[in-house]
Amino acid sequence: MINIIKVSTFSLVVIGGFWGFSNFGIPQIKPALPPIEEKLDLGTLTMDEFIALGNKIFNGKGNCTLCHNTMGRAPMLDRIGTVSIDRLNDPLYKGEANTVEGYLYESLTKPSAFVVSGYGKSGSNDTESPMPDVTGGGIGLNDIELAAVIAYLQDSGGAEVTVSIPEVSRGNSEIPVAEQAPSLKTAEEVIAKYACGTCHTIAGQTGEIGPNLTSIGKTRNKDYLRQSILDPEAIIAEGYKGGMMPVIYGDEMNAKELELLVNYLASLE
Amino acid sequence: MLTQNIRKVGRAFLLAVLVILILPTCPPSASASEVPASHASIPVAGATIGSTPTPDTKKATYPPAPKLTTADYPRITGVNSRVTVWLVAQLHLWFGAFVLAVPMFVFIIEAIGMATRDERYDSMAFEFMKVSIIAYSLTALLGGLLTFVLVLLYPDLFKYLATIFRGSMFAYALLFFAESAILYIYYYGWHWLQGGNKKWVHLTLGLLLNSVGCLLMFLANAWTTFMMSPAAVDAAGVFNGDTWAAIHNFLWNPINVHRVVANIAFGGSIIGAYAAFKFLSAKNNGERAHYDWIGYNANFIAIAALLPLPFAGYYLTAELYAYSQQMGITLMGGVFAWIFIIQAVLIGALFLSANYYLWCGMGRSEGAYRYNAKIKYIAIVLVAAFMVWFTPHTLVLTNAELKSLGGPYHEYLGVLGIMPAKNTAVNFLIIFTFISFMLYRRANKIPTVSWATTGNAIQIALFAVGLINITVLGVYYGYFTNTVYKVASSIPQVLTTLIIIISSTVVEAFMYKGAKEVAPLQWGRMSNRSQYALFLLAVAFTWLMGLMGYVRSSIRQHWHVSNVFRDNSPDAYTPDLGYAATIVSIGTILFMVMVIFIFWLSAINSRRTVVKEYWKHKHDQHH
Repeated sequence: MINIIKVSTFSLVVIGGFWGFSNFGIPQIKPALPPIEEKLDLGTLTMDEFIALGNKIFNGKGNCTLCHNTMGRAPMLDRIGTVSIDRLNDPLYKGEANTVEGYLYESLTKPSAFVVSGYGKSGSNDTESPMPDVTGGGIGLNDIELAAVIAYLQDSGGAEVTVSIPEVSRGNSEIPVAEQAPSLKTAEEVIAKYACGTCHTIAGQTGEIGPNLTSIGKTRNKDYLRQSILDPEAIIAEGYKGGMMPVIYGDEMNAKELELLVNYLASLE
Repeated sequence: MLTQNIRKVGRAFLLAVLVILILPTCPPSASASEVPASHASIPVAGATIGSTPTPDTKKATYPPAPKLTTADYPRITGVNSRVTVWLVAQLHLWFGAFVLAVPMFVFIIEAIGMATRDERYDSMAFEFMKVSIIAYSLTALLGGLLTFVLVLLYPDLFKYLATIFRGSMFAYALLFFAESAILYIYYYGWHWLQGGNKKWVHLTLGLLLNSVGCLLMFLANAWTTFMMSPAAVDAAGVFNGDTWAAIHNFLWNPINVHRVVANIAFGGSIIGAYAAFKFLSAKNNGERAHYDWIGYNANFIAIAALLPLPFAGYYLTAELYAYSQQMGITLMGGVFAWIFIIQAVLIGALFLSANYYLWCGMGRSEGAYRYNAKIKYIAIVLVAAFMVWFTPHTLVLTNAELKSLGGPYHEYLGVLGIMPAKNTAVNFLIIFTFISFMLYRRANKIPTVSWATTGNAIQIALFAVGLINITVLGVYYGYFTNTVYKVASSIPQVLTTLIIIISSTVVEAFMYKGAKEVAPLQWGRMSNRSQYALFLLAVAFTWLMGLMGYVRSSIRQHWHVSNVFRDNSPDAYTPDLGYAATIVSIGTILFMVMVIFIFWLSAINSRRTVVKEYWKHKHDQHH
């Protein structure tokens, strides 16, 4: 009996050690909740709001930033508006589009129509894209979401926005959007939700498109930081060009999230 | 002659396993590997995912995947449906893995016993089966319970899967009966089927037992993998293939391979814990020697299967990426990325405890003093490799942490966080564990071949060149190429490790052929403390299997069946790692309680209580 007690105690201590490390040795990140169906009145949407919806889907339900980020898994899309024209004329282009909008639609639904050099599936010699059709599978964007993403890509990628808000679906339409996020409690969660690290070096992420924010609190006060989030075009940081940062955060962030982020940035010294 | 026959049976067994594994990659239906991976995960309206549907005019029609609402999931007050199914399925899997793995190495041990005519092997093989036979009934009970809770708590999911797999469910039931019948004849006929042809019949029964056991596991795996990578279904979840198409889905073979290897390692570790328990409870030196010997062999089996396990893991993950890059990135780059830090701790614990046990085992040999001084260097390398593997890359930091760190990455340790550094570390871990094992094997032997010095030099050169190659590959790909090529070092590194292990084993085998023994091994000359290393191995394996089961299942996210059958239950969200660790810990405790109960049962089975004046003696009855 003494041996049963000994080995049981030993096993419990080992299990307790693993449990303790998993609970207290690593940060507890809450995975996003499943996307929910939510009603959206397309009839009252402006184009800016439609683009903002595209941005939300791009960073949320679409899972686009899983690969289209600075990690190099897939091409960056910040200049997609201008490079699309070159790709349409590329001899390796296998699609049927002849406009930027058409090219983007094709890239989202038939990604292998053009594979950017070095980004093909291994062994395919860049003839096959590893990207899934975003209208199917786990992503499953519908026509409205697809149009919103294209509008966002055109807007953020330096092209004229030619997409129109789908007429057929105007009025009350069921559209699943982004994640039903729980109430955020920390600045890190806000940074993760809005994918700030995609462009900025912040909170362990190393985006290089925007200014490095690891010690931004040294030189900028809270008012400046708040303004930069709500109206990024008001003052452009030295060495960076305008029009890069989305102008949607004023609409998307709630007051609590904004203040969490501003206070966090101001404390980075 | 006998040895030749054993080889034949061994080859036949390997062939049977190979055929089972290779068959799925052959026609008739288009192999999943022929389907462009990116397309395999794309249900386009009216189109089919994965395998090409087999043309069949008489084909049964299948309903689409149900679109459930929260109200469609039966709720029982006080019962958490997900946790219940999770725990029961996990316990079933642990016991299933154990009872399927034990006959595999029992078959080999029995064959070795027949070849060497050393009865110790035969009695050890029987003792393994004795432990496994009690676990077998628990596996069946838990399997029944799993079916029950699935039907009770997730009736629509069960109905959907059972409809698709109806063709194989009947075969599954029949195979289960066959497995039981063969197992009972194999076990209860052990001492009856001894000597001459009878022994051959018995060994053949072992082969049959393993073949049926593997088939059972592969059929069960088909359900699991279909839920991850459904084949022959359209966007609405309508199945339009045959049973084989459903079974032979994209991830079926990678999981089969991974589970077979992992089961052997796991089974070995549980037997090791049994031997440790018996060693600690031994009443005399004879028993200590016996269970020390069993513990050594069980540890050998566990480690032999543990070494190739990372490669099977690579294969599974690569196939997962090939099937769906999105799923792969969710696994490796999303919230689950942290799980690999926990995994590093667990595997580090496994390697360190296995090495510790080997070093303690050198105490059995009089010749081990020659290698004692080297052990500390191996220990240093193992700990260093473990620390590199454990170093995280990107962390979400608080402001205070960021300040004290001076940036998002540590000035010196940050470079160790990337994958090539970890690949290098894990290859070092494997190679140095192998060196520990080699030293253990050499401890009691002195080579007699004339070229022993040259052979040693060849081996040293082999290890030196291999380790340099692994380091250079890791450094070059890790720090001098761009992100896309950073993991390109993994395959050549793994190949280098395999080449080192295989070549040095060949050299070792020839060099120590006919070697002199320093002195007879002193089995049983082991500290009690060393036995806890065997227990640590078993607990860590069990916990690790539970954890990886959680992540395998969670990468489906909010889908019962990936992309076609959505989970709309209140538990559709993915739980965080801390919560998962709690459930896995509860499961491991339940499993260990059952396992220790089994050990206790086997202990009381051999006890005899002599009572006087309780039973009537014959002459009393006559009176």
